[in-house]
Amino acid sequence: MNVAPPPLLAVEDLRVSFATPTGPFHAVRGVSFTLGRERLGIVGESGSGKSLTGRAIMRLLPASAQLSARRLSFDGIDLLSASTKTLRGLRGARISLVMQDPKYSLNPVMTVGEQIAEAARIHGGVSKIEARLRALAMLEAVRIRDPERVFRLFPHEVSGGMGQRIMIAMMLVPEPDVLIADEPTSALDVTVQLQVLAILDDLVRQRGMGLLFISHDLELVASFCDRVLVMYAGRVMEELSARDLASARHPYTRGLLNSLPRLGDERAELPTLSRDPAWLEER
Amino acid sequence: MISVRDLAITFGSGPGAVHAVRGVSFDVADGESFGLVGESGSGKSTVLRALAGLNRLWTGSATLGETSARVQQPRLVQMVFQDPYASLHPRHTVDRALSEPLEIHRIGDANERVERALADVGLGPAFRFRYPNQLSGGQRQRVAIARALMLEPRVLLLDEPTSALDVSVQAEILNLLRRLRVERRLTMILVSHNLAVVAHMCDRLAVMNRGLVVEEMDVATLRRAEPREAYTRQLLTASKGYDREVASGIVTFD
Ligand SMILES: Nc1ncnc2c1ncn2[C@@H]1O[C@H](COP(=O)(O)OP(=O)(O)OP(=O)(O)O)[C@@H](O)[C@H]1O
Ligand SMILES: Nc1ncnc2c1ncn2[C@@H]1O[C@H](COP(=O)(O)OP(=O)(O)OP(=O)(O)O)[C@@H](O)[C@H]1O
Ligand SMILES: [Mg+2]
Ligand SMILES: [Mg+2]
Repeated sequence: MNVAPPPLLAVEDLRVSFATPTGPFHAVRGVSFTLGRERLGIVGESGSGKSLTGRAIMRLLPASAQLSARRLSFDGIDLLSASTKTLRGLRGARISLVMQDPKYSLNPVMTVGEQIAEAARIHGGVSKIEARLRALAMLEAVRIRDPERVFRLFPHEVSGGMGQRIMIAMMLVPEPDVLIADEPTSALDVTVQLQVLAILDDLVRQRGMGLLFISHDLELVASFCDRVLVMYAGRVMEELSARDLASARHPYTRGLLNSLPRLGDERAELPTLSRDPAWLEER
Repeated sequence: MISVRDLAITFGSGPGAVHAVRGVSFDVADGESFGLVGESGSGKSTVLRALAGLNRLWTGSATLGETSARVQQPRLVQMVFQDPYASLHPRHTVDRALSEPLEIHRIGDANERVERALADVGLGPAFRFRYPNQLSGGQRQRVAIARALMLEPRVLLLDEPTSALDVSVQAEILNLLRRLRVERRLTMILVSHNLAVVAHMCDRLAVMNRGLVVEEMDVATLRRAEPREAYTRQLLTASKGYDREVASGIVTFD
């Protein structure tokens, strides 16, 4: 008998809200999905709750956020009831988050190389020398030219695309089981982007890592991921196989696709979304 | 409007020096929109920062209008930064971010101007008294664009202005920028990794690699996918989406 392997991540009815002077603001409203050893994309317009969904899984929401879920588990561990200590042991080591804002999440007074080496040391239990070597190897893997030089730079001395790759290197060096990557390649030129995605792809195929890939680049997600969740106003509007994304029929998804400029056509005015109030309703 | 000749920018000195820009030349006419594309770390942001007067340690020449780019001219030129997180002060509300340039330059009717600027970038009045950490990535970038427009500059330097935005907001911002460009006769330099965005927004573009301009072309040539250089052809292939084979075949150009 074939038993399907349990998912790495199971999320059921995830909700995140904030108290505001005019009452609670529901930023994530009942999101459910599972993640196996695959590439799952999350797309959707700005403010639809993609980043908060990723941060909720890491239990890294701002203190002002209210979190609830029927289920939120990683590899059988209940993340809702897990102790701070358990969570700290998981974060970075077994589940990693590449944040949307690389410079925000790097320590400004420490060289980028030391930060990656520290990640290797804390989570990989290796010596200082070994950690340095791993950090250099990882910088090279994410196609940083001249890793020795970049190792010694401070965050403000690296370009936007280098900062993103440094974050990715830092998150991959402990070899996590799940990587949540929030717009990980938005600052990369297209060739480096492809090379970095190939690294993630290989980790999924060869090591069985689970990848949650948050992006607003629909064409990239369509070509890179296995499945896609399309989010709107804190909800999953539809779930599709990535190869069907281009032919999606939901008017919201179609609207997103139509608003893309394309090399092949010369529209002066790009169509923007007209939002249907019915999309807001919870089913 | 903009003229750059043999611009060279080096960080540090001695054996550890980084030659970020190694002799770049281009011209942008009044009212023209010019794209800068190319590899990450090739010096695009460094060129823009020099033009905005934020870095004066360069050689060669760079002028805006009749004046050297070494002189800061905030009412002539404004820049929108690549990183919307770093460019907004975390403890200043949106209102303060937008009204501050008006105060500094003693420009009146701040109230209406702030309201109009928010509306122009598609943010409702509810956003006016929020702090950056209460905004999504895309909302922050819209505030950054609104702020750059407060002083009604004639030149706008845009560093990846839509890479943090979702596609619908990107369409709104690109439509807005195209409209402003016509209405205010704006001259623009746009840095973007997205070749379709550059094609949509620009008349001409320069392709950079390792601190040099590899080639300059008009947008029609880009649309026909007929660049001269192998480096640019690889860029075009890679922009067609993810393909493991293509990824393995990428070569480094020096
Ligand atoms: N600390 C906070 N306080 C109040 N509202 C917040 C806070 N953080 C996020 N929000 C709101 O929650 C909503 C979802 O935010 P989130 O960052 O998840 O969006 P997103 O889908 O990642 O958008 P983007 O594509 O722009 O990054 C947004 O409307 C945002 O303004
Ligand atoms: N303050 C600095 N100190 C030292 N080196 C720097 C500094 N700023 C930039 N550099 C270096 O200059 C080079 C060009 O950086 P720049 O930010 O201009 O690249 P870019 O083309 O904008 O790349 P991206 O597309 O990744 O944003 C990089 O090698 C970077 O490390
Ligand atoms: Mg986000
Ligand atoms: Mg840059």
